[in-house]
Amino acid sequence: MSEAAVAHHTSTGLDSRKMAFWTFIGSECLLFGSLISTYLVYQGRSVSGPTTDILNIPLTSISTFVLLMSSLAMVLALAAVTRGDALWSRVWLATTALLGSGFLGFQAYEFTHFVHEGLTLQTSLFGSTFFVLTGFHGGHVFVGVLWLLTLLVRSFQRKLGPDKSLQVELAGLYWHFVDVVWIVIFTVVYLLRQ
Amino acid sequence: MTERAQQQSHPSTATYLIIAAILTIITLVEIGVFYVPALQRVLAPILLLLSGAKFILVVMFYMHLKQDHKLFAAIFTIPLLIAIGVAIALMALFGVFVR
Repeated sequence: MSEAAVAHHTSTGLDSRKMAFWTFIGSECLLFGSLISTYLVYQGRSVSGPTTDILNIPLTSISTFVLLMSSLAMVLALAAVTRGDALWSRVWLATTALLGSGFLGFQAYEFTHFVHEGLTLQTSLFGSTFFVLTGFHGGHVFVGVLWLLTLLVRSFQRKLGPDKSLQVELAGLYWHFVDVVWIVIFTVVYLLRQ
Repeated sequence: MTERAQQQSHPSTATYLIIAAILTIITLVEIGVFYVPALQRVLAPILLLLSGAKFILVVMFYMHLKQDHKLFAAIFTIPLLIAIGVAIALMALFGVFVR
């Protein structure tokens, strides 16, 4: 039975998996809301260690652009899978995973640089809240990259046709959510620093 | 509208590219505004407005909430508003607005 046919059996006429995934994203809003709130509450209250002056805006601007473009690649991957274009679905899924990995590379460089500058998870309130917030986000990006690579493997196995487009749509929802969380983090943490 | 019909009504590639261009321009404006000393006093409202515009564009067009069933929008928006409310309440409670 195709995925679209399965969706018709629910009382709402909507696919239960998509409904469940939106509920999960709603819960993720609360998780990141609490992490961002904690960062803002403790902002400017560190008594030791480096402060927000350590943040590198040009570098983070590039990584932000990379993540934004990965969202474009993700919607193009979904469009390709929906129309049954195996070649371009692989190209765009691989591009999204590559851009996501690039973002993680920027974050790894940033974290390493901060540790060398004396900012760690234990140094100060700024260090604790910054690393927990951006680390949680980076963890989500890492999971997203693994998910995309899994879809890419499924595509090469010829198991990702138009009838399986919902699988790509759910991965896309996750990926775009990670992107919108970064849009907020980039503004609140990097640009609106005290 | 069925799931299948909703998927087929997703925006075109041209729309996706236009949204990406707008997102890039807004990001460049954000970074530009950050470096203008004259705008430092109104930096917070400007940046929050620009960031909010980017957030809405991604959610509406890339996450397809503009075309999808309203129930999905409700499931996403209600926790989002709760999260924003909790954030504002916590910041008020800890005196962030009076520093």
